[in-house]
Amino acid sequence: MNTLLWLPLLPLLGSLVPLLTARYHRNVCALFTAILPFVSLLIVLEMTPDVLNGVNHYAFAEWIPQLGLNIAFRLDGLSLLFAILILGIGLLVILYARYYLSSKDSIGKFYAFLMLFMFSMLGVVLSDNLLQMWMFWELTSISSFLLISFWGHKSEARRGARMALTITGAGGLALLAGIIIMGNVIDSYSLQVALDSGDIIRAHSAYPVILVLFLLGAFTKSAQFPFHFWLPHAMAAPTPVSAYLHSATMVKAGIFLMARMHPALADTDLWFLIVSLTGLTTLLLGAYIALFKHDLKGLLAYSTISHLGLITLLLGLDTRLSTVAALFHIINHATFKASLFMAAGIIDHETGSRDMRQLNGLWKYMPHTATLAMVAASAMAGVPLLNGFLSKEMFFTETLHQEALGSLSWMIPVLATIGAVFAVAYSTRFIHDVFFNGEPINLPKTPHEAPRYMRVPVEILVALCLLVGIFPGFIVGDLLYSASLAAINGPVPEYSLSIWHGFNYPLLMSFVATAGGLIIYYYRQPLFAFQSNFAEPDAKQIFEDVMQNIIHRVTGFYNLLENGSLQRYNYLLISLAVVMMAAPLMDLSSTLGRRPELPYTIVDITAALLLSVGALMTVICHRKRMLALITLSIVGFIVSLAFARFSAPDLALTQLSVEVVTIVLLMLSLFFLPQKAQKQSNPRRIIRDLSLSSIVGGLIGTICYALLTRPLESISDFFIANSKTGGGGTNVVNVILVDFRGFDTLGEITVLGIAALGIYKLISRMRLFMPSGDLYGRPWSNDAHPMMLAVLSQSLLPIALLVSAYIFLRGHNMPGGGFIAGLITSVAIIQQYIAHGVDWMKHRVKIDYQILIGSGIAIATLTGLGSWLFDRPFLTSWFDYFYLPIVGKFELASAMMFDLGVYLTVIGATMLILANLGKLTTSERPIQKEEE
Amino acid sequence: MEGIYAFCVGLLTACGIFLTLRGRTFSVVLGLTMMSYAVNLFLFASGRLTINSAAILGQSDTYADPLPQALVLTAIVIGFAMTAFVVILSMRARADLGNDHVDGKDPNEIPTDMSQSKKGERN
Repeated sequence: MNTLLWLPLLPLLGSLVPLLTARYHRNVCALFTAILPFVSLLIVLEMTPDVLNGVNHYAFAEWIPQLGLNIAFRLDGLSLLFAILILGIGLLVILYARYYLSSKDSIGKFYAFLMLFMFSMLGVVLSDNLLQMWMFWELTSISSFLLISFWGHKSEARRGARMALTITGAGGLALLAGIIIMGNVIDSYSLQVALDSGDIIRAHSAYPVILVLFLLGAFTKSAQFPFHFWLPHAMAAPTPVSAYLHSATMVKAGIFLMARMHPALADTDLWFLIVSLTGLTTLLLGAYIALFKHDLKGLLAYSTISHLGLITLLLGLDTRLSTVAALFHIINHATFKASLFMAAGIIDHETGSRDMRQLNGLWKYMPHTATLAMVAASAMAGVPLLNGFLSKEMFFTETLHQEALGSLSWMIPVLATIGAVFAVAYSTRFIHDVFFNGEPINLPKTPHEAPRYMRVPVEILVALCLLVGIFPGFIVGDLLYSASLAAINGPVPEYSLSIWHGFNYPLLMSFVATAGGLIIYYYRQPLFAFQSNFAEPDAKQIFEDVMQNIIHRVTGFYNLLENGSLQRYNYLLISLAVVMMAAPLMDLSSTLGRRPELPYTIVDITAALLLSVGALMTVICHRKRMLALITLSIVGFIVSLAFARFSAPDLALTQLSVEVVTIVLLMLSLFFLPQKAQKQSNPRRIIRDLSLSSIVGGLIGTICYALLTRPLESISDFFIANSKTGGGGTNVVNVILVDFRGFDTLGEITVLGIAALGIYKLISRMRLFMPSGDLYGRPWSNDAHPMMLAVLSQSLLPIALLVSAYIFLRGHNMPGGGFIAGLITSVAIIQQYIAHGVDWMKHRVKIDYQILIGSGIAIATLTGLGSWLFDRPFLTSWFDYFYLPIVGKFELASAMMFDLGVYLTVIGATMLILANLGKLTTSERPIQKEEE
Repeated sequence: MEGIYAFCVGLLTACGIFLTLRGRTFSVVLGLTMMSYAVNLFLFASGRLTINSAAILGQSDTYADPLPQALVLTAIVIGFAMTAFVVILSMRARADLGNDHVDGKDPNEIPTDMSQSKKGERN
């Protein structure tokens, strides 16, 4: 197996590890959880030299190639950069969470979610197939939902998680649409093809749609304005989650997408305009709001939004080095922001509060943590010798070189500087308010230093901030170059990663930002007072209201269609069917085909007339149930005759016997249904239904006529030719049933058996009101079982059984067979029930009909399986001819055994239904008294 | 002949649909039965109409198409099972819900039915 596949797979397997080890000490759990991602990290590092030398790693396997969906992974510079961030910071978060989570939290569950997230995130950055990438993209939304709602007992956690899932999930759907449209344009879902087809995509008329859909996905994920509001609410998650998902990785997925698709989608005015303006707005808005947040994590959340805006702005600029600067800032932001979140978590953990109005002067209590946090916050502010300074300088340089807004382009560097002013101000606030500024006020706990190992992840990250800040080229130079190479998909322009570029505009901008930030912080009190004039909109409430509103509207629409009335559903359904049927019929130029028609005869016309009268009478009298039943039986009878007339004797026999059984069943049911005539439907509804049913009838009649008058091309010649030689029977219909299409028949008798058993379940314990008399109070006839009928039917039974045996035996060669014989037997038995009553029969017929069904299906199946003994496929039939004295020559065929199974199943099913329903009329039924 | 046949299929369909759109279970059962006649006749028609040529080898010169016949034969039996199921279901519905309306609740209950409407409740 390709080593690259293990890279995402190990964390996936790793999500099981914490669940298995959760019962041990949490040190053990954390240690074991860390092993698999650590191995993944080693694999990445092992591959790093190759990638840095320009050799990418690939893994490919076909999944559903017809859809263009393949399992495809790639490790190039950009993936490498993100993979290292995801795995590296992920490992630190595992260590940190070990100390952060309290003993009440289920650490196993937490780690499992975290590993699932790590898997999905790695999947996003390593995917070489766009559909597959999208799948992982949505998985990150789902796993982050689980992580945000980890403290599900808190309402804010649930709401925050729901909001995050809705926004990022909806963005993901937009992304899917974009991917599919793009896939149609370039006829592939391969990432490499997409990257190489940038010119085709940009020239295509669907480009604006594709771009907007992709950007919707990216902006929602990366919390860009106006979708930024979910991120602060996601801070209800445990702090390790915030440090991991909402600073270092998941929110960077949107940025990653923009960087990844840069060669395919960027370099147009539309891209510059949308991406840069969105980024700029987000940058300013986030930086401004961050200053006024009293909650430590709130400040960091808005600062994250602001930095994501900065990176987006860089990706939106059309300058030489903007992409390089963006990637560089991704690294730097991930390191300092993750460490700041962890520091904030330590402070929260050790003091019990995150409110900066309470937290003051912590320097005295936790100098170690304070030092770390101060260094990280300085990096966030962009202080020289720290990594944030370098990428911010690059950012300033690029803002000076762009021409995105034409003659208004000068505004971008100015606004960027203003954003930086606020960044300095809130960073200063983070440092000064928390660690100095007097004494703590009313803290729930007495602050003290965090456990030793809880600080280790922060130390490592802060050390990286310093190292990158001082030796940028040495630490990240190669990685950055290789990532830029992948993101640009072409030659990377010259750049230098040194600390000192001489006195120039960017340096001046940094200076202005620092000075301005300090001044603003100094005058913060009047600013806070001013800001307090504006009521802060509660995004959660607004979101909830919007959601409720949408749900309300959808429910309204839904109720319009689905108002609980079956009649309406049927009406709508049939109307839709009419539309679907009518449309293709319009294309049919002539109803009449070329097949010559049969002549009309007086007999046929009479039969058709009878059928029409029967059908119409049924409709007219349908409220008088008994009468309608009689007229319906006329229709059924004519249908049987029609089958007989048009050369289908088997069908005629079947229809006739089914008719008897059906009518008996309906008569039985009449006994239990209200005797009173139903209320007449409202006239408008009758007109409505009549018109719809006439249209459908007309359509079906037309189709039927068109079908009948067209020549037939049938595959049946095969059956006719092989019926005798292959199946050993001359009745082709029966041979088809038990031989050629025996498998179908086996399925059908199984369905029959299941239906009968379902009915049996419905009947059992059914409590029905048994009327004591008819509608006018007249009692039932005392002569329940007329003697004439009883005697006659008793003597008829042997004859009937004989007939059914005959029909069964001759079925292979003449009209008949298992189905028909089974029905005839059933009719014979039912007649006994009618003549003698259930009680009488119970003492004489001791057959369990359920077992009969079972044995029927079993015989049919075993006959089929029998052919395996002779190394033949399932249901291969066998037949031969034998000679016996007196009887003469006769045929034996395995198909007869199969037909016996059919026969038994049909009897069992029919009798199970009717006998049990009949039983309800006896004294043994569950009684329900009528309340008067 | 084909014209009459097609007319009958259309008429049965129309009557079946009209009845299935009614509000009482028994009418719906009647409608479904009628529709299954129509469907079976329609399927049978795909083998076209022939006279005096049953698909029994050696009995005639030409044979009717046996394949639709085999399909319709099982369709008739399964159609019966389905009708039976619907009938029993509607009775069960009446037993449990106290009325025979397809929606399980009577939109405009007639006073005389009131006595029966309550008794479906399980004890």
